[in-house]
Amino acid sequence: MNIKKRKAEEVVFKALMVSACVVVSSSLFLIVGTIVAKGLPYLSWDMVSKVPQGGFYIGKEGGVLNAIIGSLYLAGGATVLGLLLSIPISIYLNIYLKSGSPLSKSAKLAYDVLFGIPSIVYGAFAFSIMIWLGVRASLFGGIIAVTLLIIPILVRTLDEVITTVPKELKHAALSLGATRWEAAKVILRQIKPGIYTAILLAFGRGIGDVASVLFTAGFSDNIPKYIDEPAATLPLAIFFQLGSPIPEVQGRAYASALILTIIILAIVIVSHVLAAKQTKHKI
Amino acid sequence: MTPHPLIRVRDLNVHIDDHHILKHININIPDKSVTSIIGPSGCGKTTLLKTFNRLLDDTANVKVTGSVLVHDEDIYAPHAEVTHIRKKMGLLSQRPFPLPMSIYDNVAYGPRIHGIRKKSELDSIVEQQLKDTGLWEEVKDRLHSPAAKLSIGQQQRLCLARGLAVEPEIILGDESTSALDPLSTHKIEDLFVRLKEKYTIVLVTHILRQARRISDYIVFVYMGEIIEFGPTEEVLLDPKEELTKQYVKGFIS
Repeated sequence: MNIKKRKAEEVVFKALMVSACVVVSSSLFLIVGTIVAKGLPYLSWDMVSKVPQGGFYIGKEGGVLNAIIGSLYLAGGATVLGLLLSIPISIYLNIYLKSGSPLSKSAKLAYDVLFGIPSIVYGAFAFSIMIWLGVRASLFGGIIAVTLLIIPILVRTLDEVITTVPKELKHAALSLGATRWEAAKVILRQIKPGIYTAILLAFGRGIGDVASVLFTAGFSDNIPKYIDEPAATLPLAIFFQLGSPIPEVQGRAYASALILTIIILAIVIVSHVLAAKQTKHKI
Repeated sequence: MTPHPLIRVRDLNVHIDDHHILKHININIPDKSVTSIIGPSGCGKTTLLKTFNRLLDDTANVKVTGSVLVHDEDIYAPHAEVTHIRKKMGLLSQRPFPLPMSIYDNVAYGPRIHGIRKKSELDSIVEQQLKDTGLWEEVKDRLHSPAAKLSIGQQQRLCLARGLAVEPEIILGDESTSALDPLSTHKIEDLFVRLKEKYTIVLVTHILRQARRISDYIVFVYMGEIIEFGPTEEVLLDPKEELTKQYVKGFIS
């Protein structure tokens, strides 16, 4: 192949890559731009400080504080519960089990499958458990459904982070006479920044999901005081308001979407800052 | 045949998956001296080293038969306490892997997990081990800065100090200088020679000149079998086996 042809090929593929990057990143601006343009005029102090008052859904007084708090409770509760389960899982699979053991391989395959299951299926599954237990739609039910949804995300992310740790680090601790649990603690120190990434991904997924909480968390105009009370969520609040023919209510739907986006943005920034602080001792 | 064997290996066989990695290994590793395991890549020399501190346990589908006696304790006996066995053997790997913590905490890690809590005691262990490995003067003003900030040669000496802090009897080195520059290599080699007064040292190396410089005994391993074992001069200068001759001359690698 002559040099002209090779150079032409280089130019063509570079152009394809650049245009793909431009299209994707501009669509992000388009999404955020739409939400800001349509939502910002309706974003008021009332929106974030009040729960729906009488007639809120036909354009009167109130805000979506119930949904903001409900979403934070749900995603926060599920992330904490998810971490409590997934950190031990990934430690067991990667540190306790020998590298390449059949159990670890099949467990990882199972998590890959769970990762691909749509959230409505988790919602339906959690719902059937709730019926069996006699629990009604509540914060508790929602947290269980979202936890099921985010555990595969947490396990897979932690798994990828742990596999980047050289196994010699584990061997270094073991050869000093450490037990496997002590070696695991050394590795956890090494992957702290990765844990924040996992939390970020799980929380972001949890706070934005509708299908898993549709049947399980219910909806309420009040802020839940107890875990057995139904809880509103921002995605559902957006859904209800967007379905209204009243322009005022539709605008509030975009304002709610803006609030959700700001919350996620805040989580991204906080987790990046925390992760950056934790790299001091990383080898 | 050798004075005071510390490690005695009896009919050791190692299979990984379906491969017979080590075949009928019998050897006595002499106490308070440097023994180098040499041989071509993939001959099983690292595997042999890893059987001594049972790090081989961490690999899937490994089958070990036979026995490895340290003093008179079989470390492959069913009830052998693995953490206790590993504590007796310091490991220096190919590249330094400091723990993700400060210089001080790296050295104090071992003593801490084995129950030493008193700060004054830990302080003196850290100082002593860093002095023994020649690091003290270089790091005494930044003991609490991250170990990862040290140069790679310093990191390797730190790893040695960390290993010595748990008071092992044996030091295992797995090509411990292969990632280091000549000056750092020289420092580590000097340390090995000095440390053999107090410790039994077993090294895996593929550098014949290094084996000649620092070891008292040499084990030549080929295709999972011990071909020859004896004092350094004998094995390198006047090998008895044809295979050893060829390896020493550089015909097989």
